[in-house]
Amino acid sequence: MTLEQAKIEDVGAMTFEVNGTRVEATPPPGQCLRTLLREHEHFEVKTGCDTGDCGACTVQVDGTPVHSCIYPAYRAAGKQISTAAGLGQPGTLSPLQQRFVDSAGFQCGFCTPGMIVTATAIEADPGLSVDDLPRLLKGNLCRCTGYRSISDSIVGEHTPLEGSCHAAPGHEQTETSSLGPVRATGRVGAARAVGLVGTSPGAIAGERVVSGLEPYTLDVAVPGLLHLAVLGSPHAHARIRFLNVAKAAALPGVHRVLTHADSPTTLFSTARHESRFDDPDDTRVFDQTLRFLGQRVAAVVADSVAIAEAACRLIDIEYDLQDAVFDPKLARLPGAPLVHGDKDPVVSRLADPGRNLVAELHGEYGSVEAGLAEATTVVSGSWQTQRIAHTHLETHATIGWLDHGRLVLRTSSQVPFLVQKEICRLFNLDPAGVRVFTARVGGGFGGKQELLTEDLVTLAVLATGRPVQYAFTRTDEFTIAPVRHPMTIDVTLGAGRDGRLTALKLAVLADTGAYGNHAPGVIFHGTSESVALYNVPNKRVDAQSVYTNNPPSGAFRGYGLGQITFAIECALDELARELAVDPFELRRLNSVQPGDPLVVTHEEGPDLVFGSYGLDQCLDLAEAALKRGNRVVPPAGSQWRFGTGMASSMIATTPPRGHRSQASVQLMPGGRYLVRVGTTEFGNGTTTVHAQIAATALCTTIDRIDLVHSDTDAAGYDSGAFGSAGVVVAGKAVLAAASALAESLGEAAASCNGVDSAVAWQLERDGLRPVGAGSGLLSLDDLALWAAANDVDLTATRREHGALRSLAFNVHAFRVAVNTDTGEVRILQSIQAADAGFVMNPEQCRGQIEGGVAQALGTALFEEVVLDGAGAVTTRVLRNYHVPQLADLPVTEVYFAQSHDVLGPYGAKSMSESTYNPVAPALANAVRDAIGIRPTELPMSRDRIWRLLHG
Amino acid sequence: MDLSTLTHITAARQRSDLIALGPTVVPLAGGSELFADPRAHLTALVDLLTLGWPALTITEDGLEIAATCTFAELSRLPMRAGWAAHPLFYQCCTALFASFKVWNVATVGGNLATSLPAGPMITLAVALDAELLVWRADGSDDIVPARSFVTGNMTNALADGDVLRSIHVPLASLQAQTAYRKIALSPLGRSGAVLAGRLDVLGAFVLTVTAATLRPVQLRYPALPAAHVLARDITAIDCWFTDAHGAADWRRAMGLLLGEEIRVELELAGGRQ
Repeated sequence: MTLEQAKIEDVGAMTFEVNGTRVEATPPPGQCLRTLLREHEHFEVKTGCDTGDCGACTVQVDGTPVHSCIYPAYRAAGKQISTAAGLGQPGTLSPLQQRFVDSAGFQCGFCTPGMIVTATAIEADPGLSVDDLPRLLKGNLCRCTGYRSISDSIVGEHTPLEGSCHAAPGHEQTETSSLGPVRATGRVGAARAVGLVGTSPGAIAGERVVSGLEPYTLDVAVPGLLHLAVLGSPHAHARIRFLNVAKAAALPGVHRVLTHADSPTTLFSTARHESRFDDPDDTRVFDQTLRFLGQRVAAVVADSVAIAEAACRLIDIEYDLQDAVFDPKLARLPGAPLVHGDKDPVVSRLADPGRNLVAELHGEYGSVEAGLAEATTVVSGSWQTQRIAHTHLETHATIGWLDHGRLVLRTSSQVPFLVQKEICRLFNLDPAGVRVFTARVGGGFGGKQELLTEDLVTLAVLATGRPVQYAFTRTDEFTIAPVRHPMTIDVTLGAGRDGRLTALKLAVLADTGAYGNHAPGVIFHGTSESVALYNVPNKRVDAQSVYTNNPPSGAFRGYGLGQITFAIECALDELARELAVDPFELRRLNSVQPGDPLVVTHEEGPDLVFGSYGLDQCLDLAEAALKRGNRVVPPAGSQWRFGTGMASSMIATTPPRGHRSQASVQLMPGGRYLVRVGTTEFGNGTTTVHAQIAATALCTTIDRIDLVHSDTDAAGYDSGAFGSAGVVVAGKAVLAAASALAESLGEAAASCNGVDSAVAWQLERDGLRPVGAGSGLLSLDDLALWAAANDVDLTATRREHGALRSLAFNVHAFRVAVNTDTGEVRILQSIQAADAGFVMNPEQCRGQIEGGVAQALGTALFEEVVLDGAGAVTTRVLRNYHVPQLADLPVTEVYFAQSHDVLGPYGAKSMSESTYNPVAPALANAVRDAIGIRPTELPMSRDRIWRLLHG
Repeated sequence: MDLSTLTHITAARQRSDLIALGPTVVPLAGGSELFADPRAHLTALVDLLTLGWPALTITEDGLEIAATCTFAELSRLPMRAGWAAHPLFYQCCTALFASFKVWNVATVGGNLATSLPAGPMITLAVALDAELLVWRADGSDDIVPARSFVTGNMTNALADGDVLRSIHVPLASLQAQTAYRKIALSPLGRSGAVLAGRLDVLGAFVLTVTAATLRPVQLRYPALPAAHVLARDITAIDCWFTDAHGAADWRRAMGLLLGEEIRVELELAGGRQ
């Protein structure tokens, strides 16, 4: 019997209901329900992993919650599907959706629709209880928040900053009130109507996010859209000898096959910075030499992803294999295979391609030899950090098209303006002919400070004239998107009997993989604030970043500081033990204070200043909280050991050598203010803070503010949302523009009323009032009408250059229990004290801190992109790469220092990356305290800790 | 994910419809595993759910679980008098890495047939000495003991065209005392080791080691062994393995630790009987 004869019934036309509306469809046989729903513009159903692990695609089928990415589409026949958009919409949110808004239960919001559908199902099922939330939510991953706010949203509680589930009601509140700093962030809901800086209004897009109606990059229906699929290299180092695409090109539905023959030969870097010279030019759109597994060999543009993938399998190709190198230590040795031996070091800006050396830093301040000779106590050690995948829930993706001859790129990027510049350079296009913009971006963490999809989409759009989409799969994210640089870090510290440091010696070897994107920046920044934090008369830094044939490393939250802070803070802890000095005390003795020089291998330039200082408070706050303890009952049994640990970190509030942003604020018809600013919202909350700044400067409320951002057509230039610049650079530009407009509105009011211009006009919520004149309000609406009639432009535009940079501090402390039988590290208390300057939006800033801690705990305990030693990633799906779930995380007590920065807007400082940096060393120090052996390798997984004890 | 190479899915109504199965045509149950892994060689699927097998059937000599029984259905298995092993069913469901939402579609048979080391239905079936009914491609029936069904990491006793029909749990196993232990590298993570112990009414003891080993390993004793005997035998297991969910040496140690915990638990339980 043949296959055809055995066919019983083919999947064919079917009908089903989505949120009560009947849908007719004929899904392809292998289609999953997620894709079918998105084809019908149910964009509230997100693509996060494609393997049923992240939960972003959760829908209910006849009332049963399922992950629609692993649910065969044809099984929806006759069924009723309900999605987040069906549960409630802006204005008619369900109570649960409203609680997600009020509790700030999201940051980027990409996971939120699936989270809400899941929580709704849990509420509706009498057999399920929120007491079991850690288990029930293990199939819903959030990479931004750290889950405390999500749990609060579902349960309907508001955990105070000190972490109510740990603190004795009443008791702890009294004790902490003596500490001074911000007492409570307050509920978001209460602040919604006013929203001045220092209060906690919810996200501007909140109601749309919780109902799934806020569009992300791919949440748009583009008529005639083509899809692009990539053929990746099966070899870690090879040269294409022969390539024939005839069969692929002949496949029906294929529009174009692109290879190195179609590629510009211009070298560039996928890394994007304000100055393009920060990164080596070593990459081509398509290269004939392939330097890591999965590197693009060819791309197919076709009617569907399925056809494009099928065509990729038809490409005939032969390779000449090259020797490869995978160990960064071996890569530096004479005779090692050269990854970019063909490159000119001057043209590509490489330290020495003949030794696989991308960048290096060697320098000494004072004499480390003398400092060590002078020391009474010397400690040294070697630390190893791992590859981390950013795991933003929205993968890299771009849709491009031509609009009246202009190229338009809608892309998931932290740096649309920098992408525009480089795309123009690569394809020789006039910037006026290229628009790059983002929708709301579903997370970034540095991973989207890269140009990974935009170049291919540009090539495809220019080649076909058609709209083209290219989206990374989750496996692409693990295998070809840059990861955090793995580093080997050697530290030697010397100190005198008084506990003062006499010498600090640091040697760093970073594996930047096959391409040098972010390689120089990461080692330069990584060795900067981590080293400058301490007053040491003698310092030496030797750092190298080398090529290997491993997948590329890139920018990751902390930008090198996370790795090197880990090593230095662990070494300091060891020193404190040797000296028998309390680790908090050792920091107090040796940390820089205002007036001290900031030294790495020489005194830092005058652009870096103490705009404020809260490290002393952070140390006090964390120490007091640790001493106070909490209500968590330590586990019983002789196998458990207990310990405490802490670590500090410092970060400059702005990237060096300039970070530019231009903002404008305009009074619009209807009496609303329009803020235009180039920076990108990717869950960092800048849109909310910018609206708060504008509302405050214009003496109005946040509901009068509209915001346009992250669009090269609609806003002024902005270097991008990286280096924690969203508040301190872009926010400062918004403040300057809003303040300037506030001033000119007074003048305009005088002109409009024809009143003596000597009368001052006072700006208030809905309009202006002449001071002391007692006459009525000139409404913003009337003023806008007058301005329009008289051709008066009520717009103020200001720029910020980020020329001066301040310093922010974070201190983390843990109390842990370690199970010596299993290697389990159980966190009994987690504390972060943050020197954020003036806190613009306390609830949101708290969320940033909790999210940074969560991501850092993933790094510290679970996460590792594992390679097989020959360049192949073995952790290719989420189930093999453990991103923290609700069940994995403690509630972190968050304390804010009271400081006021002279540089930041309203005295604010950045607080995005820095929250991540002190966590892993604090935890390692606590584990060391508990078990008497120092873990030096991340992650501190149970098997590694067990091996320390028993191996 | 979309399985873009499929040209059709056919709904099976009777056993003869399964003749379509072969190297590029495989059975579809819940789909949670099939649709989570790209399989470019596949051309078609045959849907087993349309065969309408009853999920759980209690028979005189035990329990018959259809291969298409979902985790959700199994997790709600009603308690029956004398079924001392009843808790093990729910416990093994919780060892699935995937969420309760996946329980609504993932099937017992799919979990066994995927044959991942961490497949918790493997633990359950082996621990209870279940027998698996396999419909061979040639139309014959075959009974395969659960302990010899999974032969390695994602390999098993099924050949192309074979279908796992049901899992039969003998009454004696249902009446046995059981003890269960799971550990992973995170609190609810993908299993690094799952062990189940069974103390039969007549006193025999069976320890099943899974997730830590490339294939399930059973240690059988006429009575509860002494601690050192059990430890010796666990140490002698030769297929501990390393992956992202734990290193082999740690897994061996966890096998020893959890195996002894199980022995002690059942010793106490036996003492109470």
